[in-house]
Amino acid sequence: MALRELSSLEKFLGSNKPNKYRTQGDKKVPVLQNNKGRPVVGLVTIACHLAKEAKRPELVGDSAESRAVVQQWLEHRITKVDGCKKEDIKTILKDLDHYLQDKVYLAGNQFTLADIFMYYGIHPLIVDLVIQEKEQCVNVTRWFNHIQHYPGVRHHLPHIAILRNSIYSSRQH
Amino acid sequence: MKLFVSEGNPHCLKAVAALEVTGVNCEVQYVCHQERAVPFFDHPVLPAMLLSSGMYLFGSNAICQYLFEERRKESNQLCIQWLEWEATELQPALLQALHMAVLQGKGSEVSKVLQGPLKHLDQSLIKGNTAYLTGETVSVADVVLWAALYPFLSDSSLGLGEQKSVKTWFDRGAAMHGFQSAAQKVLQGKGLQGMKSYMQMQPAPQSSQCRDTQPCKSNPAEVSLSYRTENIQRCFSTKLHLHLCLRKHVLPQEGKRNLLVTSALPYVNNVPHLGNIIGCVLSADVFCRYGRLRDWNVLFVCGTDEYGTATENKAIEEGLTPQQICDKYHAVHSSIYKWFQIDFDFFGRTTTEKQTEIAQDIFWRLHKHAFLLEETVEQLCCENCKRFLADRFVEGTCPHCSYPEARGDQCDKCGRLINAVELKEPQCKVCRQTPVVRSSKHLFLDLPKLELQLEQWLDKSTSTGDWTANAKQITRSWLRDGLKPRCITRDLKWGTPVPHPDYKEKVFYVWFDAPIGYLSITANYTDEWEKWWKNPEQVELYNFMAKDNVPFHSVVFPCSLLGAQDNYTLVNHLIATEYLNYEDTKFSKSRGVGVFGDMAKDTGIPSDVWRFYLLYVRPEGQDSAFSWADMATKNNSELLNNLGNFINRAGMFVTKFFEGCVPAMELQQEDKKLLALVGWELQQYIQLMDKVKIRDSLKHILNISRHGNQYIQVNEPWKKVKGGDAERQRSGTVTGVSVNIACLLSVMLFPYMPTVSQTIRDQLNAPEAIISTMLQGSGTFSCTLTAGHRIGTVSPLFQKLEMDQIEALRKRFGGQQVFDAASVPVPAAVAEAVTVIGVDPERAKELTQAVAEQGEKVRTLKAQKAEKAVIAVEVVQLLELKELLALAEGKSPEPAPQKGKKN
Repeated sequence: MALRELSSLEKFLGSNKPNKYRTQGDKKVPVLQNNKGRPVVGLVTIACHLAKEAKRPELVGDSAESRAVVQQWLEHRITKVDGCKKEDIKTILKDLDHYLQDKVYLAGNQFTLADIFMYYGIHPLIVDLVIQEKEQCVNVTRWFNHIQHYPGVRHHLPHIAILRNSIYSSRQH
Repeated sequence: MKLFVSEGNPHCLKAVAALEVTGVNCEVQYVCHQERAVPFFDHPVLPAMLLSSGMYLFGSNAICQYLFEERRKESNQLCIQWLEWEATELQPALLQALHMAVLQGKGSEVSKVLQGPLKHLDQSLIKGNTAYLTGETVSVADVVLWAALYPFLSDSSLGLGEQKSVKTWFDRGAAMHGFQSAAQKVLQGKGLQGMKSYMQMQPAPQSSQCRDTQPCKSNPAEVSLSYRTENIQRCFSTKLHLHLCLRKHVLPQEGKRNLLVTSALPYVNNVPHLGNIIGCVLSADVFCRYGRLRDWNVLFVCGTDEYGTATENKAIEEGLTPQQICDKYHAVHSSIYKWFQIDFDFFGRTTTEKQTEIAQDIFWRLHKHAFLLEETVEQLCCENCKRFLADRFVEGTCPHCSYPEARGDQCDKCGRLINAVELKEPQCKVCRQTPVVRSSKHLFLDLPKLELQLEQWLDKSTSTGDWTANAKQITRSWLRDGLKPRCITRDLKWGTPVPHPDYKEKVFYVWFDAPIGYLSITANYTDEWEKWWKNPEQVELYNFMAKDNVPFHSVVFPCSLLGAQDNYTLVNHLIATEYLNYEDTKFSKSRGVGVFGDMAKDTGIPSDVWRFYLLYVRPEGQDSAFSWADMATKNNSELLNNLGNFINRAGMFVTKFFEGCVPAMELQQEDKKLLALVGWELQQYIQLMDKVKIRDSLKHILNISRHGNQYIQVNEPWKKVKGGDAERQRSGTVTGVSVNIACLLSVMLFPYMPTVSQTIRDQLNAPEAIISTMLQGSGTFSCTLTAGHRIGTVSPLFQKLEMDQIEALRKRFGGQQVFDAASVPVPAAVAEAVTVIGVDPERAKELTQAVAEQGEKVRTLKAQKAEKAVIAVEVVQLLELKELLALAEGKSPEPAPQKGKKN
């Protein structure tokens, strides 16, 4: 999964020749075999590395604050979203929904790696949602739909249809 | 800037240590573990940091990174890598170790858990050969890891000092003043035990129980079987309603509202899917059942549409005669609708003598009134088969894109419409001979000549009748584009023969012939069919259909009838639904996606529940989607917990507290308020139903039981019944009111869930007369179960749908997996490793589908004038898919020829 995400990121960054990856350990941690210097280990690390290589530093944040926010959501993704238990899904989506209430992207008004990787990570959760549940986290769905249509992001993942009109009455039954 | 931390929280130790080491000026507030420091989280998250911008940071490592950046020490790649390792590899081990050491008193065993990560750390330090993790100066990585490991490495009793390099590195940190002060502040010198209160609030670590690996708990087949036997048997044993059994030869009656209801004739070869069912027959059925409750005089007819090329093709394919094919599939349709309890007055077919008689009569009338034109058409004729070839019987090379397998009417590759004679190298699909072009005379219905008459009638009908918005709009757009003459004859054998001697080898085109089926089916039901169909003064005609059928019912067929000038009944109310999708994709027989009518009963879910859910998501006003999970949710939340719960409680209270007899009721203000509320909902239900807003009015039924549940909950009759006389009286009133509302619900439910409706009345032993009294006029809710009435045996009406069972069904009817496999291209990195991609016909099939879908998407985007960048992305994906397809077919990717559909 991580390898697919990275290969999608490469396509997004427009790199012409794909890098070589391998995985290590039971958790299949991705490793980027660099010809110069030591290997780069871990999804977040490789992603930041690729963004920097592609001269897109704004993707990891363009201020100390936004860099911290990006790192925090990347950390959230790999520690909380990945391998989350069934009963945690609701909390994860609810938290994110609250957070996105007044934001376009995870780091505010700028599209960053945090959006890309939270989108990849949360995709399997959204796939399983029924229409009503999607309507219950409108901010997540809005953000999700935005990111899946962001040029060049979706690649390896199936598109998820988001209904534009709510079909359930707003009253919570 | 403000940092929120709690004492004894190991993550807070990281943040405080980073703060002390960097010396950044920041207020620190100590709070309890349960403090919700981050406003956008409903649960406690610590540490948290409020930045001067008002933004909150909640990840401990992100906070540390931020603090270091304040000192202009931006994390380099190695730092990020260590932090990621800490979060994903070290933390799970630490959590487990803390759990063992702090809560289970197994301190001696933590070395087993921590050994792996410590070894990795040790080796990295040796390899790097630097004082700190990322070089010769302290970085954020060092502080985070020191703090994370501090509780263990500072405790010499745990025996973790084996790794020399780790020890040297750790001691460097432990000696730092800032670090010591942080440890003192957060752990207060208590070491591991300082974290006890924190650890007690954490869930026990369960590294193995991940979301993806959870085993399926029970065998879904078993679940569905038990569901079936318990529930269905009960459903089938209930009696048919008397009122319905007595319906024989309904004819229009003076002084009554006479409704002639048709549902679009399903094409005989296609097994209807859920979308077809909700689109026509089910919607019409609900409305007819409702109409009968309203004491309207209703005739509901439908049947299979059997003539045409597709049947002829299918017959050749299966080696049967067209008539045999029709017989076979007509039976399939009948049994499906029977299972769904579609209560037709008559379900007929179009291949009957009456059809020929009526169609020919209309034809001669059109001919007499000069509404038919003759034109010569060039057509392909197969000399070998001795017949003209219908579009679907020809294949050839597309004149536009040179695609070799273009059909006679359209090219599958470029999508352009083709006139069959334009095909290059045409072939007869039956014998593979080259057909010749012959000219042949055909008859056309002169629609332009009828246009004015049609518009006058339409103005009247749409303004006085109930036409859905989409029906009006589609009709308008047809008229706006102007009408052209339409060919009504075909060179086929399987059809209604054209009676004119000049055209005796020809049959009527289906679009002309099929709607006449409504008339002929009625004629097969009663000889007095003209009382329905030539009686616009007395009869109101309702047509139910999906939106794709609108033009034939609003423009073309009315023109035939208007031109025939025989006082035909024309449509007054045209009810068109939008499309029902299946789990966010389309129903597709060829891909096996979706539930088709004949499979619904195999799911073990009762017909009434199917009806309920389909009507709940009826595509009324906009497209909607069928979703398994949503169906389970609706069943469990609305039917089981709301409706079923209320009716069951009402009945159970009568049985348990009042010996099965409805108690005396003395209405108080609160009860009257409830009754007013129920009365209002009932009126809404009737107003919406009269306008065929079937989905919307269903909500009002559910609202009533929701009010009822609240009423019971507030008044607690189960408690009051044990109190004094006054309280017991009150309990009786609440129970009596509730059970009467249950009675009303059974009537309102009748159109939607006929079996459940009957079951409720059986359980309450309610008089059958109520069914036709409650919905008269604008709706009257009366007390039908009076004090002393003895009810029957009460039992639960609905069964829970388990998620496991639903998941299994979703998989079974899937299609999703096909879509996934096709739309996920192999990542470049992996593709490199795979040197040979073998020819894979299965995958090629999937990919063909995916290419077609993606192509459609690109076309839609272009049509919608979407942003260039967005289109470009989709085009790239389309090209990728085509490439994969070529590989899967074992062809070189370049010219990318593809295999078209067989039909």
